[in-house]
Amino acid sequence: MASSRLEILNDGGLRHDARRPYELRSLSLELSTHPNADGSSTVSQGLTTVSASVFGPREPKQRAGSVHDKASVVVEVGVAPWAGAREVRRTRGDKRLLEIAAAIRQTFEPVIMTHLYPRSEIAVHIQVISADGGILPTAINATTLALVDAGISLIDYVTSLSLGLHLTQPLLDLSAPEEADLPTLVVAALPSGKVTLAQMETRLHVDRFEEMLTLGVEGCGVLKTEMDRVVKDRTTRVVERMDKVIQGRITGD
Amino acid sequence: MMTTAGPSHPPITILKRTRADLGLAQNKFLKKTAKGKVLSFLRERYVRDDIPCGFEGCDQCRDLPGYKPVLQKGYRHTKIDPHYLVIDTNIVLHQMDLLEAFPPDLALIIPSTTIRETRHRSLPLYNRLQQLVQDDERKVWIWWNEERRETATHAEENEGPNDRNDRAIRLTCHFYNQHLPIGHPLIVLLTDDRRNRELAEAEGLVCCNTKTYVDGLVPEVRQDLVDLVVGGVDAEVVTRGRRVYEEYLSQDVLNAGIKTGRFVQGYFNASQYNYLEGTVSGILLAGRQAMNRSVQGDLVVVELLPKAEWRAPGQDVVDADVDQRNDDVENEVEAKEKIQENVGRPVPTGKVVGVVKRNWRAYVCHLDRSSLLPEAQLASLSQQTVFATPLSVTLPRIRLRTRQAPTLVDQKILVTIDSWSPFSRYPDGHFVRALGKVESKEAEQESLLLEYEVPYRPFGKAILNCLPVEGDSWKVPPKGDLVWRDREDLRDLIVCSIDPPGCQDIDDALHARELPNGNIEAGVHIADVSHFVLPNNPMDSEAASRGTTVYLVDKRIDMLPALLGTNLCSLRPFVERLAFSVIWEMNDDAEIVNVRFVKSVIASKEAFTYEAAQNRKDGPLKDPLTQSIRLLNTLAIKLKAARMRAGALSLSSPELKIHLASSESAEPIDVEQKQLRETNSLVEEFMLLANISVAAKIQETFPATAVLRRHGEPPKTNFEALQDILHKRRGMTLDVSSSKALAESLDACVDPQRPEFNTLVRIMATRCMLAAEYFGSGSVSKEAYRHYGLATPIYTHFTSPIRRYADVLVHRQLAAAINYTPLHPSLQSKSHIEKTLNVVNKRHRLAQMAGRASVEFYVGLALKGAARREDAFVIRTFRNGLAVFVSALGLEGLIMFKDIEYDAENYIITVGGVTIGVFDRVRVEVGVEKDKNTQRGKVKMVMIEPVNQTL
Repeated sequence: MASSRLEILNDGGLRHDARRPYELRSLSLELSTHPNADGSSTVSQGLTTVSASVFGPREPKQRAGSVHDKASVVVEVGVAPWAGAREVRRTRGDKRLLEIAAAIRQTFEPVIMTHLYPRSEIAVHIQVISADGGILPTAINATTLALVDAGISLIDYVTSLSLGLHLTQPLLDLSAPEEADLPTLVVAALPSGKVTLAQMETRLHVDRFEEMLTLGVEGCGVLKTEMDRVVKDRTTRVVERMDKVIQGRITGD
Repeated sequence: MMTTAGPSHPPITILKRTRADLGLAQNKFLKKTAKGKVLSFLRERYVRDDIPCGFEGCDQCRDLPGYKPVLQKGYRHTKIDPHYLVIDTNIVLHQMDLLEAFPPDLALIIPSTTIRETRHRSLPLYNRLQQLVQDDERKVWIWWNEERRETATHAEENEGPNDRNDRAIRLTCHFYNQHLPIGHPLIVLLTDDRRNRELAEAEGLVCCNTKTYVDGLVPEVRQDLVDLVVGGVDAEVVTRGRRVYEEYLSQDVLNAGIKTGRFVQGYFNASQYNYLEGTVSGILLAGRQAMNRSVQGDLVVVELLPKAEWRAPGQDVVDADVDQRNDDVENEVEAKEKIQENVGRPVPTGKVVGVVKRNWRAYVCHLDRSSLLPEAQLASLSQQTVFATPLSVTLPRIRLRTRQAPTLVDQKILVTIDSWSPFSRYPDGHFVRALGKVESKEAEQESLLLEYEVPYRPFGKAILNCLPVEGDSWKVPPKGDLVWRDREDLRDLIVCSIDPPGCQDIDDALHARELPNGNIEAGVHIADVSHFVLPNNPMDSEAASRGTTVYLVDKRIDMLPALLGTNLCSLRPFVERLAFSVIWEMNDDAEIVNVRFVKSVIASKEAFTYEAAQNRKDGPLKDPLTQSIRLLNTLAIKLKAARMRAGALSLSSPELKIHLASSESAEPIDVEQKQLRETNSLVEEFMLLANISVAAKIQETFPATAVLRRHGEPPKTNFEALQDILHKRRGMTLDVSSSKALAESLDACVDPQRPEFNTLVRIMATRCMLAAEYFGSGSVSKEAYRHYGLATPIYTHFTSPIRRYADVLVHRQLAAAINYTPLHPSLQSKSHIEKTLNVVNKRHRLAQMAGRASVEFYVGLALKGAARREDAFVIRTFRNGLAVFVSALGLEGLIMFKDIEYDAENYIITVGGVTIGVFDRVRVEVGVEKDKNTQRGKVKMVMIEPVNQTL
């Protein structure tokens, strides 16, 4: 599927989709997109769209899943048949999907204040609606927002970004064709700079790794600012609306 | 938010997309996989406002990233007003030679649509376009039209990709017209597509086709360019006459056919002996129609004919020059094409039904004098159609139109093929440039380099900038300097180098000494080229694309700039040099006890020639240096014996030495075969050992990407013909079950009366083998690493980094393997290694051929003075002649007879009552004859004994 004739970075310093190396794809963040979930979100980065729903904290579906002093986190990932994700099979037991699910769980276990919810379960359902590279980082971003929406206590925002290396030039936020051709690093970080996930499936030189990781963390910071703005916007609107409702009750409308 | 202090890169931003961009934001296309499944792809794309227009003094674009004031004054030397040219893809694809010849001050605007389409259609042309763009002398501006908001576009309903691209290019013209300030130079669209021109004119653009454009230039410019215009051979010629060839099948049919096994895909290989015959992967193509417009090296698709139509390969020698003498350029008179019924076993026969990829390039040709109009022999400048005969006999004649035919008659010229229509017996081409007078040294040399695609331009400034700033005063810095980090001081070792006389690029040196424990320490020291040539700088890229140094008889085309090759990296005596050393500890039987690899500093004590070293060894001296050579020699003899036991082949190909009277004159005085001394073998054994040790080390450390060299086992069928000849003519057998068996049976092929017989059989056996090649260790299975000729399970090239690029890669990998430096990322990528090695393999092959051709040229010159009588051996029989090999000159030639009887079964011919067969010794007179039409000198052989043809 990787077409060798695709120019990763042309002489004009532009990528195949006309972005420059340090430009992220257009980002859209939406909260409470799923009516039945306790918290949900839909995140699009370019043509990759992922929706996440959070259920819980609730009683574990299976007894065995409960831990006496903290909440357990369960993650499930599904890919819509029309998503166009050629790299994963859509069957439920697919190894790639299980791996993505495990990566998300490991990213969030240290960030969710699980000790506040003993013997309970927090279930995260990820649905990839369309795929064009960077499923994992988009899913992590969506999960963060869904958890925030569900009102679950987090240490801080977790944001995530993929980045690749073309010769010596790092490229941020890879699309599917770029992902197929370049060594890729996925970074998830807290605003403090703490890295909660760094995943690589291809070889990358040790000297470059540090530079890329720093850059990834920096990019995560940019995403966090955007996320923070969206969350605060929405909260402001909710508060305003609640104010109105309360005012209405008082005035008896 | 976490930010590092003052980031060294532009700020990270998130692109925003406005609703208005939505139509342009996505690009959807379908693609068919090899299995025939159709996949749909959806790609995102952004449109930008920060693409600069490149116009000098443009207020809006001046601050945008990448802005350069390239577009200055419009071009004036023409009938049209001052203008810039915008070119479309077809111009790049067909008129590249013209573009390269355009005056540098003619400003070109190249839309990215053109660049992208070129890249998609032809990578070689894309690379040439890139060179054009990067040339600072020229005014070439790339306009990223697909990326800029005003000119971005997508296919409309019912619009094909070509129409869309044409529209995108027209949009570019509109943009410039609006964007540039009033009074700007004219924007002229250059296109050879009539429909596009009509549309452009309807939209109010100025446009022009190449022919009219060049005709409109001022005469001084025009005369240089006019012959370069492709399409000078008009459409009328093409449609006239009747169909000569079948049309090719469509791509889909071809693909389907290859998949089902109905068709076979392979490279077209024209026969050396018969211009009407060729082969594709062992399938015979007989006759012009069957070859169906294939040219040497094209990747073609062949359909196998039914078994009833299979034929035996021709046993005649058919000379194209003689046969086609009367063909007329303008009129396609069907010349009689005699297809003879050949006796012998029919082989699979087929016909070409399609071409996957053309291998056309510029060919060195002579103008065929007979195709000129009689009146044009006088200096008339009218345009006429003529034939150009390529130098190589495997290529067809090319028809071209030129206005300067009379001046070109005695010149070597460069011609490219443009097209070959099914209505024309010959391909159409155009003149690129003249190389010089036939048989002048310069023209011959350049034509040789061009013919074998040797990059021979001088090194550019960017490349020379990568050399150490000290130039030739560079010295190994005193101890303690950074250069000495992890480097061993071996300056006290008694190291010497042994090379051919006059060698300037000394890349290896040796030493040996006895150790206190009774073992022997032997070392090979190789110039540390990787210290100077760093990965991925311009010098490295140039070396990678040159691949190897090319040795011609009187010239050397270096892979690395001379400062490195013949000075800083050359392990000259009496100076300190950086080296990469392989040091073994060996026991008395030359078995390796221990090996280590280390970067070092050495000081060579002497630079011997093979002869001097031999004399020193055999002489009476007993100083350490002489002892060291003797020690090396005893080890080498044991190493060689061990290698032979393992089944290494000693093959033979004649090596000649040309004596030149002086370096200025081109006249060779004498030709002799190279003499081999014991010391040749000494150096060879240690180089082999170093290569093998290094190969094992890098393969162990980098199993997926180690650069290795292998020599595949030749298929048994390759030897069938030789086995049959040997059996029938001599009653000898050749056992090809393994390299050891082959080596032994070759040893047994001796004729006590004729010592040279064995050499002849070896030469013929060598021709049955495959070529050795470089490869990345991850791309084949471990069993396939074997080097068949050397009978070693693993091999690489480490010992000549000055003249071979693969060795430079191996040096880098070995340095990483001993933790001296980290491995450059490019050497970890399997695909990058493969790509690089493919180029190196190709260059290596061509360099060998160029070297041989150069020797042949000088042999020809030596013969021009006086014909020589030499002994020759028959290597092949034909129905009308013999192919003989003259070992004294390393020449192969044909001898033709009129009345002969031919016995194909037993490889014998009978001429005038005398029977001659393969392997027989004959005496021939070798001379040079000039072809009257082409002025091409050709080696001609005439038999003297046992049949005297000269009588």
